[in-house]
Amino acid sequence: MHILRPLYVVLAFAAIILIARSFWVPNDFGTHEQGYTYGWYRQSNIEEWKNFTVKYRGREFCETCHAAQEQKLASAHHKNIECESCHGPAFFHPADPLKLVLDRSRELCLRCHTSLFYLNSQRSQIKGINPDQHNPGLECVLCHEPHKASKPH
Amino acid sequence: MNRIRHPSPIRREVPVNRRDFIILAIKGTAAMVLVKGLDGIFRPPEVQAWTSPLRFVFLVDTYKCIGCGFCVKACKLENEIPFDADVSRTWVERYVVTGDGEVFADTPKEARYGFTTGRIELGRGKFKDIPREKIKKAFFVPKLCNQCAKPSCVQVCPVGATYQNADGVVLVDRKWCIGCGYCIMACPYGMRFFHPTYHVADKCNFCYHRINQGLLPACVQECPTGARQIGNIKNPEDPVEKIIRTRQVAIHKPEYGTNPQVYYIGLGEEVR
Repeated sequence: MHILRPLYVVLAFAAIILIARSFWVPNDFGTHEQGYTYGWYRQSNIEEWKNFTVKYRGREFCETCHAAQEQKLASAHHKNIECESCHGPAFFHPADPLKLVLDRSRELCLRCHTSLFYLNSQRSQIKGINPDQHNPGLECVLCHEPHKASKPH
Repeated sequence: MNRIRHPSPIRREVPVNRRDFIILAIKGTAAMVLVKGLDGIFRPPEVQAWTSPLRFVFLVDTYKCIGCGFCVKACKLENEIPFDADVSRTWVERYVVTGDGEVFADTPKEARYGFTTGRIELGRGKFKDIPREKIKKAFFVPKLCNQCAKPSCVQVCPVGATYQNADGVVLVDRKWCIGCGYCIMACPYGMRFFHPTYHVADKCNFCYHRINQGLLPACVQECPTGARQIGNIKNPEDPVEKIIRTRQVAIHKPEYGTNPQVYYIGLGEEVR
């Protein structure tokens, strides 16, 4: 029946797509625990995300070598601030990078110490300055030691 | 003796022959198999038995947030989001309510440099100074992906590139994503964005690589005031679970029915 010939073409096309799909789509792609609506995915992607590189290693990591500085900071007002917030992420320091990039800028200090009168926020309880009036343009670390007290040295 | 005679049930000869009986039995069996099969498709046994002992939840205390933006900085560097690009997995919003009831909200550069000035960014290069005596209420609100229990972004993905993991975290498969942007449109919270270098959808995943090693997410670790916390809501001993259970907490936009898993203490009515 020549009238059925287009149908064979369509069937062949569908077969090619299905065969190609079976090669293209990995075996772990499919419906998982959460069902089709939320759990239709490629399972090995979870491992890929787990193997993402950690950059911020945390205070305990810094402490293994820099115990003295850690002790100094522990008794200071800034004890709640992580080393890497100012010194930058450690990555695989000291192997890579050999030295971290320390942010000594005035802007870093102003993140917390610009005086903002926001009573619904703890921000209003932090000692702050008006950056336009308090030694504008100068780095705070010229007078203030961030690891120790808040008073100028 | 007149007794009321109840009509006896009508007995009718039902012509059931062997042929009809067999056909009826086959039809009945087919119907039962179909119903059972549909149940299996729409409610697979895996789903019915899904009881993961781990469900990550997040807790934000807006009162504790001081708007330093160390969380945003850490998030961008930890998760390799180009620092100067105007996209971020997390950000901090500032809300200032004046005595006249006017609400100003801004998040300058997603607060990656913190809030170092009292001037409110109005957009298009315009700023507004609000004098101290005019401020009635002012606070900061950190925002991040809600890892919804019913994520709309996952439902719309046409290729299965974004999904909810058994521990509740919604992940994006960068190899599988075709970058259609449908999920970015579907998120009621605007948490998703187009990654400038990978050209795929991207969003916060609670630092999935960190929480699976027992580390805290980068934003939680760098927060100096403890405004951000993460926990496991399936563990009754978990301090975060305890707070969510025993204190008044709120979620963003409950009217969307997405069931967010980021809880807020002190979420103001002004927050959008």
